Amino acid sequence: MTHTLLSGNEAAARGAWEAGASVGVGYPGTPSTQALEVFARMEHVYAEWAPNEKVALEVAAGASMGGARAFVTMKHVGVNVAADPLFTLAYTGVGGGLVIFVADDPGMHSSQNEQDSRNWGPFAHVPVLEPSDSSEALEFTRVAFDLSERFDVPVIVRSTTRISHSKGVVDVTGERRGQSATDYTKDIGKWVMMPGMARARRRVLDERMSELSAYAEDSPFNRVEMGDTSIGIVTSGVSYQYVREVLPDASVFKLGMVFPLPAEALKRFAASVERLVVVEEADPYLRTALRALGLHVADVALPPAGELSPGRVAAALGAGEPEVRPGVEGLPPRPPLMCPGCPHRGAYNALRKVKAIVTGDIGCYTLGALAPLASMDSCVCMGASVGMAHGMRLAGQGTERPVAAVIGDSTFAHSGVTGLIDLAYNGSDALVCILDNRITAMTGHQPNPVSGMTLQGRPVAEVDLEALCRSIGIERVRIVDPHDLDASERAVREEVAADGLSVIIFRAPCALLIKDKDQPYAVDDDLCTACGLCIRLGCPAISKGEDGKARIDVTLCVGCGDCVQVCRFSAIELTGPACDIGGV
Amino acid sequence: MTQVVTVMLAGVGGQGTILAADVLAKTAVAAGLDVKLSEVHGMAQRGGSVDTVVRFGEAVASPLTDPGGADHLVAFEMIEAARQVPFVKPDGRLLVNTRFIDPLPVLIGDLEPPTGVEEALVAQGAIFIDAEELACEAGSPKSANIVLLGALSTGLDFPVELWADVITTRVPAASIEFNLRAFELGRRACGEGGACLL
Repeated sequence: MTHTLLSGNEAAARGAWEAGASVGVGYPGTPSTQALEVFARMEHVYAEWAPNEKVALEVAAGASMGGARAFVTMKHVGVNVAADPLFTLAYTGVGGGLVIFVADDPGMHSSQNEQDSRNWGPFAHVPVLEPSDSSEALEFTRVAFDLSERFDVPVIVRSTTRISHSKGVVDVTGERRGQSATDYTKDIGKWVMMPGMARARRRVLDERMSELSAYAEDSPFNRVEMGDTSIGIVTSGVSYQYVREVLPDASVFKLGMVFPLPAEALKRFAASVERLVVVEEADPYLRTALRALGLHVADVALPPAGELSPGRVAAALGAGEPEVRPGVEGLPPRPPLMCPGCPHRGAYNALRKVKAIVTGDIGCYTLGALAPLASMDSCVCMGASVGMAHGMRLAGQGTERPVAAVIGDSTFAHSGVTGLIDLAYNGSDALVCILDNRITAMTGHQPNPVSGMTLQGRPVAEVDLEALCRSIGIERVRIVDPHDLDASERAVREEVAADGLSVIIFRAPCALLIKDKDQPYAVDDDLCTACGLCIRLGCPAISKGEDGKARIDVTLCVGCGDCVQVCRFSAIELTGPACDIGGV
Repeated sequence: MTQVVTVMLAGVGGQGTILAADVLAKTAVAAGLDVKLSEVHGMAQRGGSVDTVVRFGEAVASPLTDPGGADHLVAFEMIEAARQVPFVKPDGRLLVNTRFIDPLPVLIGDLEPPTGVEEALVAQGAIFIDAEELACEAGSPKSANIVLLGALSTGLDFPVELWADVITTRVPAASIEFNLRAFELGRRACGEGGACLL
């Protein structure tokens, strides 16, 4: 047994491995990504990134049906994509244990919305476990596989940013204690969900929920910690840690299984304390459920959105406020930005030149919405840019300003391709720009179907995006290097002028994939006229000096040369290597 | 029960705060303590404000802290130091790298550079250190994060050997030597008679 510092994601991966899961499938998404990356590096497992979460769950469902234990990972919004198979898998049940690890992002550190995945439990009729730290992430994920097989149902393990990306000390045994289930046996009553069979399975589902509710009453996932009985707090997940931090002596009902709930045990707990309080992040999921049980839950002023913290819990429970130093006024915000040398910059520069209305998508390139590029008009969900560009055209937009969609390679494979088929099929004349930087960048460089490599490092054929677009009937498809600003602008101008649907594939690798940086550039003060054109590229290596002239930080510049091309006065030139300048 | 110590590391995405926090947390584990570390990945790492919290003691519940909760703030950048000042306990220690990194709205001239940041930090009792300069002296500007850990270490109780062991296992093999040197230079700068205590 080793005493190891693990994040919740790393711990969940270990739990799946210890349970004998042999197949892992997911789609990257902060804060869930490392769960599958870590699992993929364990011994005797197969792991893959699927193009999207629906496919991931379907691959896992097949593995489960075939008798393997399967581990699926995704972020909260991924479950929306996977919801179709999820709901019906609650009817079919499983073969080998099937565990879906879902990481929510309260506070939206890296997400487009805040969703509370506990709600999938009652909605889809699947049990939901919720660990409170890394140790529980390991233990719960491991036991979830047993639970899945015992009750013949997929099990969700719900995490949040502060579980997934917090590290804690875990005792790791290193033993693979679980085992895969039995072999596949043909059973169409269980696996073929046409109405007659589905109706029968619906009854099975209800019986199973009754059994799970009985199990929940004395499930090892739930724990009552009796202390001061003047207040009794029902809580789960990371909120439990905040409660313990703030009120170490309070009586606490710590739920590790948030669906189904242990109704009788909760009623007994409520009867044993003077004031019943729920402390939970995101939706009032537990409050609503407890009130539905007829329990009186005291109102406390917890924030309705965003993350909790010990201080926020303390404030809501009247547990004191610390002395705080005054803040410093007038500080500029520091939004995230595109890296120096990012290839997306060139694509946005071209779209800006034609004043395009740009429907956007999810990835690093979403940052193109911010100043100074300010070239994106929408961002809704994975793949939305393509359909929305078509919809904008249907609304009559595109006559004065062209309409274009931008979507990254991974997002395109995820769910942009179906949108593009729609545009081709229905004769849209929008422009779709695929920003192909060869990798899923924002989540930390996961390979995808265009990368030529799998999650476990196996070289594979790349999806030929150009051929794919042509095969669905699009004639105007071209590939442009976004670092060639003139060619990029020319391509955009020609394609918005052309009739019919066009696709421009802006292809250049993510700047962070390039290990050998080119020589940095510098500004010749005598030639710079302070026109500001290079500044408008929004490169963090370029700043505006007090005299209005541009400055290039040689330690940040990677020598992409985009700024050289926009400068009309030849004021940007190559320097010597950075270390000779000593500009750090 | 021993008091839980809370350290916040604040900087700009890409400055190496996450690695520094990991070294600190692993050192605390090696010292036999319970540890929680909280960080944020994804969009925030693309040049945005990043803060990481490490808490250690006999038993640690929350991975997060609040304004007024940090015993130590290690700021990798001046503006981020000023931004996170409210997190430092009134009697806490505020250790600041003298580097300024202008946020994009300032770089592109949409917002004026903030004024009076240094004065505000001085007024808050900040300890300043030029981590990049010491890192260059150690052999690579990339080890500035380890310089700052060296500076932090003078305010914590872990033996130097423990830090050195963790740094050795956590950084790439080729960079062990200058990272250890960087740690030592940071430690010396903030140790007895060190420049940043003046």
